Amino acid sequence: MLNYIKLILLGGVILFAALAANWAHDLAYQVHALLILLVGIVMFVLVLRGTDEPVMVTADDASGYIDGPIRYGIIATAFWGIVGFLVGTFIAFQLAFPALNFDWAQPFANFGRLRPLHTSAVIFAFGGNALIATSFYVVQRTSAQRLWGGNLAWFVFWGYNLFIVLAATGYLLGSTQSKEYAEPEWYVDIWLTVVWVAYLAVFMGTILTRKERHIYVANWFFLSFIVTVAMLHIVNNLSIPVSIWGSKSVQVFAGVQDAMTQWWYGHNAVGFFLTAGFLGMMYYFVPKQAGRPVYSYKLSIIHFWALIFLYIWAGPHHLHYTALPDWAGTLGMVFSIVLWMPSWGGMINGLMTLQGAWDKLRTDPIIRLMVASLAFYGMSTFEGPMMSIRAVNSLSHYTDWTIGHVHSGALGWNGMITFAAIYFLTPKLWGREKMYSISAINTHFWLATIGIVLYASSMWVSGIMEGLMWREVDAQGFLVNSFADTVSAKYPMYVVRGLGGVFYLAGGLIMVWNMWMTIRGGASVKAPVGVPAE
Amino acid sequence: MDTYSFLRQLADSWVLLLMFLFFIGVIIWAFRPGSRRMHDDISQTPFRNEDRPAEDGSDAANKKGQKNG
Repeated sequence: MLNYIKLILLGGVILFAALAANWAHDLAYQVHALLILLVGIVMFVLVLRGTDEPVMVTADDASGYIDGPIRYGIIATAFWGIVGFLVGTFIAFQLAFPALNFDWAQPFANFGRLRPLHTSAVIFAFGGNALIATSFYVVQRTSAQRLWGGNLAWFVFWGYNLFIVLAATGYLLGSTQSKEYAEPEWYVDIWLTVVWVAYLAVFMGTILTRKERHIYVANWFFLSFIVTVAMLHIVNNLSIPVSIWGSKSVQVFAGVQDAMTQWWYGHNAVGFFLTAGFLGMMYYFVPKQAGRPVYSYKLSIIHFWALIFLYIWAGPHHLHYTALPDWAGTLGMVFSIVLWMPSWGGMINGLMTLQGAWDKLRTDPIIRLMVASLAFYGMSTFEGPMMSIRAVNSLSHYTDWTIGHVHSGALGWNGMITFAAIYFLTPKLWGREKMYSISAINTHFWLATIGIVLYASSMWVSGIMEGLMWREVDAQGFLVNSFADTVSAKYPMYVVRGLGGVFYLAGGLIMVWNMWMTIRGGASVKAPVGVPAE
Repeated sequence: MDTYSFLRQLADSWVLLLMFLFFIGVIIWAFRPGSRRMHDDISQTPFRNEDRPAEDGSDAANKKGQKNG
């Protein structure tokens, strides 16, 4: 019966997509309509073939954890990671060598369209798939319960990746609402909202039916990430479509209200997507890999509440020296500085988990990735509050320093903890004893580290130089440098930054090869080997 | 009083106080006497039930350190 309803609904989707493709006002909308038409037809055929057929239940289905969507999620993480790093490296070289904005590829492959493709691919595609996969893995293990909602987890995986494809193709075809990290237009936003509600339902359902008495701290972080991102996404994307047959929409907020809403969203995307969610990963995978429980569970509770109470106020520090009232900027600045405390509390909690197991740093490259990740977390959560101070911000804002700061956090903290989680999960999910090559993990670690160091240091030099050049005045009070002077002065640093990207990308490719070899070959073991802490 | 002024005054008086008290309460609650045993037990959660969910009706948290619930 359910299948008949599904077929009717899919028929409706196919009809609507066909009409939309015909009446589309712009290219992006038309391509998206055709894409949805294709997805609808494929799903219609799949559902039709399964209708009135006996349902096959394998013995594994009824008991045990649901790991299928997690396996897909880990592969999607690696795939989107490579795409994101590749595009990032390419646009880094586009800045150094503008000729790479090829004439024949205009307007699709210019810097302006590839840049949001890069940021969304690494944050939402690489990071988002990693968060969804690891949160599904962690919530099951720490709740001693199967994922709630059965196939809903598959819907979350495929739905989220459809969102990514729609967003990515939209950028290339010129569909954007010009909000940083929230570029997708209205219908893509609505689709993400649907997927996100399903994600929340699966996660909450699993927690509510848990068989452990307490909710482990990692799940608190994951839950705050899911709930807050839902709230941020909906408020920041309040817009009215110009036509149901076109991708253009008009924002509900205007002027400084719109700017404040955008950076309330933008900074909390950092705070809850890239921090709280990844801290959830940290609180599970670091203890697991070290074979020891988290250093202080009390500290983790205080870390959680302090982090979520403070982060939400930090957004205005993106709008110093603008139309935003000074008191709001000061509020954001003060809360950013207070954030030092919980951030470093969390870093210390993660690092001290290795107390008594520091020897593993010499033998286990996965632990090494985790420690480097936490070190970069500490470094960028020190740098961020410093840059939020109004006086420092007057030098750093609009310069490459900001770009360097973001990348030491994203490549160092988010990237490395994700690599560690991938190396932890790949053997477990595919029933292998360990990764195919441990020395390749080590090589990856060093390539990634060298890449980040090249990236961050070149952007510090470039950013501070740029900031100083912009404010330099001569004895008569005239500005000394034109804008183009700063651009040409940055050239060597741009080349070094691009090379850093090449190193980081090379490390990612080694990881993909290692995953491939682990999944394809190697002796399979019946049950993953777990070492109890006792 | 217009909505903005009302919300603004509410936010930086009672709501600020309530949130601050809630936060202090969380810290006191975390450090309350006798919480150490419970926290030690929760921190062992990742080392239980790695391969299979706990059996129906069993309270996994009561089976401290026992693998596979």
